[in-house]
Amino acid sequence: MTAYIIRRLLYAIPILIGVNLITFVLFFVVNSPDDMARMQLGDKRVTETAIESWKQAHGYAKPLLYNPEAAGIGRLTETIFFEKSIRLFIFDFGSSDTGRDIGHDIAQRMWPSLAIAVPVLLVGLAFNISYALLIVFFRATYIDFASVVLLVAMMSVSGLFYIIGGQFLLSKLFHLVPISGYDTGLQAWKFLILPVIIGVISGIGAGTRWYRTLFLEEISRDYVRTARAKGLSESRVLFGHVLKNALIPILTGVVVVLPLLFMGSLISESFFGIPGLGSYTIDAINSQDFAIVRAMVFLGAVLYIVGLILTDLSYTFVDPRVRLA
Amino acid sequence: MPLIPVVLWTDALVYLLILLILLIVGFALYTVRHEHLRAPWLRVFRSRVGMATSVLLGFYVVVGVLDTVHFRLKLDQPATDVSTPIRYAPEVLSLLDVITSGLRERQEKSYSAPFAAHLFVKEAIEQPDGTLLRDYPRLVHGGAHLDDPARQRGLDIAWRALWGVLQGLLISVMSLSGLIWMMARARGESVGSTRAAILAGRGPLPWRYAFAMLAILIVLILVAAELSAKYHIMGTDKVGEDVFYQTLKSIRTGLLIGTLTTLVMLPAALLLGIMAGYFRGWIDDVIQYIYTTLNSIPGVLLIAAAILLLEVYMSNNADQFASLVERADLRLLFLCLILGVTSWTGLCRLLRGESLKLREVEYVQAATALGVGHVTVITRHILPNVMHLVLITLVLDFSGLVLAEAVLSYVNIGVDPSMHSWGNMINGARLELARDPVVWWSLTAAFVFMFVLVLAANLFADVVRDAFDPRLRTAL
Repeated sequence: MTAYIIRRLLYAIPILIGVNLITFVLFFVVNSPDDMARMQLGDKRVTETAIESWKQAHGYAKPLLYNPEAAGIGRLTETIFFEKSIRLFIFDFGSSDTGRDIGHDIAQRMWPSLAIAVPVLLVGLAFNISYALLIVFFRATYIDFASVVLLVAMMSVSGLFYIIGGQFLLSKLFHLVPISGYDTGLQAWKFLILPVIIGVISGIGAGTRWYRTLFLEEISRDYVRTARAKGLSESRVLFGHVLKNALIPILTGVVVVLPLLFMGSLISESFFGIPGLGSYTIDAINSQDFAIVRAMVFLGAVLYIVGLILTDLSYTFVDPRVRLA
Repeated sequence: MPLIPVVLWTDALVYLLILLILLIVGFALYTVRHEHLRAPWLRVFRSRVGMATSVLLGFYVVVGVLDTVHFRLKLDQPATDVSTPIRYAPEVLSLLDVITSGLRERQEKSYSAPFAAHLFVKEAIEQPDGTLLRDYPRLVHGGAHLDDPARQRGLDIAWRALWGVLQGLLISVMSLSGLIWMMARARGESVGSTRAAILAGRGPLPWRYAFAMLAILIVLILVAAELSAKYHIMGTDKVGEDVFYQTLKSIRTGLLIGTLTTLVMLPAALLLGIMAGYFRGWIDDVIQYIYTTLNSIPGVLLIAAAILLLEVYMSNNADQFASLVERADLRLLFLCLILGVTSWTGLCRLLRGESLKLREVEYVQAATALGVGHVTVITRHILPNVMHLVLITLVLDFSGLVLAEAVLSYVNIGVDPSMHSWGNMINGARLELARDPVVWWSLTAAFVFMFVLVLAANLFADVVRDAFDPRLRTAL
């Protein structure tokens, strides 16, 4: 098991190098360090010396990918790409182009993101699974049919409409909660409740339908027929056997997204003005702060890979038939 | 020539797509003789939902295609002057623009509510006696034929709607009888018995659902046409443009994002996916590395970076683009490409898995043992057997991509702001909702048209998946 994890982690290194290379190339194809310096210095008439000193100060003075002046391995290491990338691997994000400490920013902005993402995940999971069980219990009736129609209709509504509609109804019409904003500590709950509700509602359509399919697939298995033949009641079959077995794909599906919860949601955070990592990223994109974007891409890629490894591990925990080699 | 055709980049791809579809239809006609190829399509159209939604989707596609045929009209010139070269208007129009030219040209000054006869905002109006009065001025076009809108408007709308319904019913009865007559001819039966069979729902295909949907659409189109001749049926936006026209124009953008995205990346996904599964070994490793790397970059960030790149490029090379339309078009194409880059990995992985399985199947082993080359094995044995995965992915991804366009446009990394799209309409509606009283109609129009398209696509995708997925087929 340990050997497996170590091997998977080693596999991650070339992937992360590739990710860094892609973001790096994308950003510098059109946006040279000189352009960045000009944009950050913010003046039309910037002198050459000012640009040079900005590049020196922020570490953009070297060649991009290949340094012909250096000798040996230095041709690859004495470049912007190497120097900016290598520090990411020990999670030293450095400072942003405006001089703020990215690691500190991320550690601080992580919590509001989690404060939305975790309740959305848990409440959504609980609601979707119960609703799906209810539908399966009443399968092939009008309740089933009407629910499926409702779910497909809910899936077909853009997430933007849920946000806009929710803000309009709850905040503007009924004045129940503030439209957007954030507060520190426990006072934050009234700012969080609306994004959480909307997050859960917008996930119902796809989520419940997926769980319903899982349950229906499970319910046509042989062991279910055996359980019924033993004389178990339908609810015992559903909760004792079907739910338990269907939890395997559900759990592994959840594990994959767990690490990515840290990244927050780009859309709802910027809609509700919550200072999480999602809005951090959007702000960085809009101000073309390459250091932050690179850090966030790297973080996202790491978390994605961690998610994949965790999924494989979780299989061995919930399903004794799976052995990792 | 009174006009000069203009082919934008996305237009060219749409034409390619249409050609492809025609080829598929031709192939389908060929497959009619092959039971195993015909069966899944029969299953799609045997379902009532499949019949009804394909008519609805067909309507969207027709609007989209009409909006794709672009051209520039000839400018009026004095007939006496023959020597000067013919000049064309700089404005690029589409067939849809010509059909809805009434909507396009009837501009108001600013916001007006649906069916309104007055502007939504107060203005200083000069009275006949010279004094100024702050009131809601009459619209230039909407309800301009009425003398006393407050009294006549309701009745006028009702009459026009009724007249539209009557026209619609007449046309639907005529076109449906034409269709039934053609079907009767094709089947070699009498018209009466064909009609009776269809109305009663007998026969292999539930034609009556398709016909009902067609009739509903025709009636709705004629009512809308009748009403929008005199009113702005979905109001006007900030600069007085008709919202109904905007949402019709947005159909092309939505359809393009939904289809071209998968289409542009299809060759890469097919090639790499099948190669990885078929050859295995180091080729598999390299291809897996490529798609895992692309997959681990957060999609929105990749799109944002790419769009930023394009914006910088465009502002540095502004002279390369002849017109705003061309610029917006190129951005749309680029967006499709980059969305494709983020979404092709799923299909690639599916294809790899399927090819891994297929290369061990007996007929492939037999072909290899007989000395058939790799290329032939792949094109004759592997490719036809993974096509159902491609089709399922294509229809399943469609609705998600249409929805993604709206979200991306909201974060300003979607289509060009000058382009008509539902995302841009929603984006604009954010400020409108903050007004008091609320300007709700842009948002509603975008919502309705988008919802209908995505719902139909979702339902159709389900039917297609059920029909083509061999795993599900056994369960049914």
